[in-house]
Amino acid sequence: MSLSRSNMPPIPEDLAPVATALSTMLAGDWRAMRPVVARERCVKCAVCWLACPVQCIVERAHWFDINLAACKGCGICAAECPHRAIRMVEEAAA
Amino acid sequence: MNHLSRIIVCDGNEAAAWGVKLSRPDVIAVYPITPQSSLVETLAKFVAEGELDAEVMPLEGEHSVLSALQGACLAGARTYTATSGPGLAFMFEPYVRTPGLRLPMVASLVNRDMLSPQCVWGGQQDVMTVRDAGWIQIFCESAQEVLDTVIMAYRIAEHPAVMLPVNVNHDGNYLSYGVSRVEIPDQAAVDAFLGEKNVNWHVALDPERPMAVDPLTGGADAEGAARFVAYRQSLCRGMQTALAVISEVHADWARVFGREHAALVEEYRLDDAEIGLVTIGSMSGAAKDAADAARAEGVRVGVIRIKTYRPFPIAAVAAAASKVGALGVVDRAVSYGWNCGPVYQDVLAALYSAGLRMPVLSFIGGLAGADLTGAHFARAIAMTRAALREADATLPAPPSPIWLNADGEATR
Repeated sequence: MSLSRSNMPPIPEDLAPVATALSTMLAGDWRAMRPVVARERCVKCAVCWLACPVQCIVERAHWFDINLAACKGCGICAAECPHRAIRMVEEAAA
Repeated sequence: MNHLSRIIVCDGNEAAAWGVKLSRPDVIAVYPITPQSSLVETLAKFVAEGELDAEVMPLEGEHSVLSALQGACLAGARTYTATSGPGLAFMFEPYVRTPGLRLPMVASLVNRDMLSPQCVWGGQQDVMTVRDAGWIQIFCESAQEVLDTVIMAYRIAEHPAVMLPVNVNHDGNYLSYGVSRVEIPDQAAVDAFLGEKNVNWHVALDPERPMAVDPLTGGADAEGAARFVAYRQSLCRGMQTALAVISEVHADWARVFGREHAALVEEYRLDDAEIGLVTIGSMSGAAKDAADAARAEGVRVGVIRIKTYRPFPIAAVAAAASKVGALGVVDRAVSYGWNCGPVYQDVLAALYSAGLRMPVLSFIGGLAGADLTGAHFARAIAMTRAALREADATLPAPPSPIWLNADGEATR
């Protein structure tokens, strides 16, 4: 009855749900709305950077940009921005 | 009796704790709840006194308890917990995830009736509410059987062709606090019986085997649907395989320790019986006494005790039932949706699968700590016998139960 890893049966594929391959899908692949930053309105207060739940706000020299590969389009940045520098547009229209 | 065993006098909760101690779990997560509390207190004492080398995690609730044990099991630990009634309800989310992850945990359910009305006493409504969540459900009759079954449960759960969590059920109050003689097996013999554990060979939190556990599976596309179905089929297969494994492990237990416990179904004085009582859990002792008393008066009655309830031993129940002409099924829980006891439903389905048709009565008693006495079983025997005599009468449809304890009279 002694069981060690070497004498265990091969792991059946249907035993326990596990994934060993990385899915390359990112949130940007299924986003419905996209944030668009008006660079002239951005004062770099970093409220969007603080509020973003997936940390996809990217700092540039004079404004804050969005990493659209990771952004899921939740719109929190647009709602929080005190200078109304971010607006959400339909992905299909973008 | 193994010459290295020793004998103590204890209640069912302490007997369960001894079974756990002898199984050498690595992690025990606990939250106290009546009537389970003294069980986990005993385990904490074993650890505090250095008799058991396990980590005891007293957590903020049962949801955390089972979640912590999932992590421990995925990291390779042998795990244990115990709960009752509302504690089991609070545990539900990780409870339903555990069988799907094929984590071979052992958890005692010290059965308690369910809310509402508010009550803290024995009854099997808690486990019956989760009877098809994918855990193996085993029910014990005596404190000795509790101790022995807890140990056997680890070997059943960890069998590579099973890999499913096991609930060892013992009735609140009657078994949890009832004191009796209990034989403690020798540690070395238990170690040899259980062998080396390997609980996470198939799914693990292990930096050397990186994997994502429980990724999103299923969905509308055909491939996802097929994958989801494959996991469900695999769990059902594990359950069916468990029937044979439970029998093997019980036979091995009898060989090593000299104590024979029924693995799936216990038949008591059934061979020449014309009627049978079907029982589950600690009530079975009173039922056997009542059968003995009835036989002394010439009534040929036997008892069919369900030891393994999930997976349901369809063939063993049908084989036992085929020996009699009528059955009285006594439940300590209610199926609200069917207006009968849950074991009654299972027995009817087992009879149907074997092409058997006979009068079967549903009795419900022992709810919320109520006493199920020899007199109650004498009544069940008399009514089942009457049903046999009127066998050509139509079966009650829809089934309506006979509520023992409904008359408010104390019966001894």
